[in-house]
Amino acid sequence: MSDLSSSSGTRRHFLKGATALAGGVLATPFLNRRAFAQPVELTMLAWYGHAEPDVVAAFEAEHNVKFKPKYYTGGDNMLGLIAQSPPGTFDVILSDAEYVQQLNAAGYIEELDPADYPFGEYFPEFQQFPGHWQDGKLFSVLTRFGFLGVAYNTDAITEKEASTYNVYWSEKLTGKVGHFDWHLPNLGQISLLQGNASPYDIDEDAWEAVQEKMMTLRPQIGGFFDYGGTFSSLQSGQMLAMAGIGDWITGTLERNGAKVRSVIPEEGGLQWTESFSIGKGSAKADLAKKWIQYITSAQGQVKSATMAAYPALIPNKAGWELLSKEDPAEAKRQGMLLDDPSNAVEMIRQGRIKYRQLPFQQSLEDWNDFWSDYKGA
Amino acid sequence: MTASDRSGLAAGPVPARREMPGQARPAGAPAPGRARKTVSLYGLTFSLPMLLWQMIFFLAPLLFLVALSFWSVRNFRMEPDFNPDNWSRMLGRSVFWEAYLRTLLLSATAAIVTSAVAFPASYAIAFKLSETARRWAIFLMVIPFFTSYLVRVYSWQIFLSDNGIINALLAKIGLGPFPMLNSNFGTMVGYLTLCLPLVILLQLFSLIFVDRTLVEAAHNLRCGRLRTVFEVVVPAARVGLTIAALFCFILTFGDFVSPLYLGGGDPPTLSILITDTTKSGQQWPRAAVVALVMIATLLVIAFAAVRFAYKERGR
Repeated sequence: MSDLSSSSGTRRHFLKGATALAGGVLATPFLNRRAFAQPVELTMLAWYGHAEPDVVAAFEAEHNVKFKPKYYTGGDNMLGLIAQSPPGTFDVILSDAEYVQQLNAAGYIEELDPADYPFGEYFPEFQQFPGHWQDGKLFSVLTRFGFLGVAYNTDAITEKEASTYNVYWSEKLTGKVGHFDWHLPNLGQISLLQGNASPYDIDEDAWEAVQEKMMTLRPQIGGFFDYGGTFSSLQSGQMLAMAGIGDWITGTLERNGAKVRSVIPEEGGLQWTESFSIGKGSAKADLAKKWIQYITSAQGQVKSATMAAYPALIPNKAGWELLSKEDPAEAKRQGMLLDDPSNAVEMIRQGRIKYRQLPFQQSLEDWNDFWSDYKGA
Repeated sequence: MTASDRSGLAAGPVPARREMPGQARPAGAPAPGRARKTVSLYGLTFSLPMLLWQMIFFLAPLLFLVALSFWSVRNFRMEPDFNPDNWSRMLGRSVFWEAYLRTLLLSATAAIVTSAVAFPASYAIAFKLSETARRWAIFLMVIPFFTSYLVRVYSWQIFLSDNGIINALLAKIGLGPFPMLNSNFGTMVGYLTLCLPLVILLQLFSLIFVDRTLVEAAHNLRCGRLRTVFEVVVPAARVGLTIAALFCFILTFGDFVSPLYLGGGDPPTLSILITDTTKSGQQWPRAAVVALVMIATLLVIAFAAVRFAYKERGR
């Protein structure tokens, strides 16, 4: 009997166990679905690098998101891509600040709630950034910025020599000055050299003078380069100075040992600015908002400042503090140490930096046409 | 052979001729109506795919391009319109015509230089190598196409830059540095990279079929080697040589990679002008104007080249 009862008990236990196992097996797909749910796809329209793993991996893991980037080169290209896509195609849009107003005017971006973003941690200069607010309503959040000056080969030119845009006309640079192939930064630099306090808000006489001055530079020019060409020509020493760029390119090369640097010349530098918006009609606006909250937080700002594709300055003061703890060398290299009297924000406060903007008194077409003529001259 | 014999030889899949009244139809030849039907089906079966392909992928996009060239751009958005301003604005600018002439000159130079460089190689492969060696040579000509053209062009930068391999080697014998990158020379190196293997192959397939008895006859008539090449071989292979040069012209005329990455985009060619036009202000309609002028130019040159290639001797 004992054998029987033992046997019966064993059978009962077996049945219990089997039932539990079967239940477990049947429930596995549901458990799996919860534990390993398909990541939500978030589309991002941005310059190259913003949706690469070094920037987005932590956010993707935390929110079970997978970014699907569409990279562009230049604000016009960005506007064209949005214009040719159905509403809601892009959840998150990164744009250069000068294009935010056009995005807003065309109804491509959603209004944002300022309370959602850490503006309290931002330097005061960046809390009400021009063009990002319209009638007291917020449409875009500044996430990073950088300065454009004279990019130069440190073996060929000293920092003192590079401290003026006139270095482009130096005899030893004949055929060795390159242009980043975009009219706005190049013409803006020559406008600064001509002494225009607002380099993009110039009257017809000043515009004529800028064009004449620019044309005198043409014999010095060795080529017009896109993003990749700019990198390779500076890296190989084929070009010894490059107009229209700054640390966003030379910083990456410098980190990899190339003998190139950027300096803000005495005539002043230009500021490029990148901002995030939520695309109009996005079905994942909440997740897009979480991304902007993340990338503008101190932790996200450090990722943004040290982005592998191209480094940048960040507007969040708490981000500066965290960066100086986590990567003091990079914080120093980029001029983001709070106790440094010549740090990036101090340069802005001293009036040495002007925003890169679209031309005010001429059409963008006029500037572009002149750039084509200049290239063909 | 009589005329009726010759007409008998032509029967079959060859298109039906109009028969003269009272003329006897050769025995076994199909009735005219039936012949037309058979030929029509036969022709359609083989020509329809190509016809459809040309309609869908050439004619339709071309018509769209023509329509696009009249559209307007407002706030970076293209809108259907009938606006001739794009044409007057683009064709009225000196920068366009300068780029046009520059591109034409560069491509013509590339076609001549590539043909000249390719000919000795293709001649040697066709006339001097054994069958086996010729097969290997053809295989070697195909190998460059295994690697992307862009990668090959980028790798040239390492050779051509001021601090590159060629200048480093020249420095060892006290020469240079010579500026080769970001110049027309660099562009031409890129064009040769793109076209040389193809031109050699096209020339080769033409030279292989040159009737050897003509060459022997020339030699028997005491014609020198060089004269035989220029007065017998080249005219006999004219079609292939012309088509090879034409391909080189077509490929380089629209090429964007070499002028940008080896020529430094300085000064710009038409392909660079197209990208510049689209980059700023999304002016695709104006870029379409440039593209249409390029297509028209290529059509004229292709027709002229084909006409020259098939021109009867002595005319």
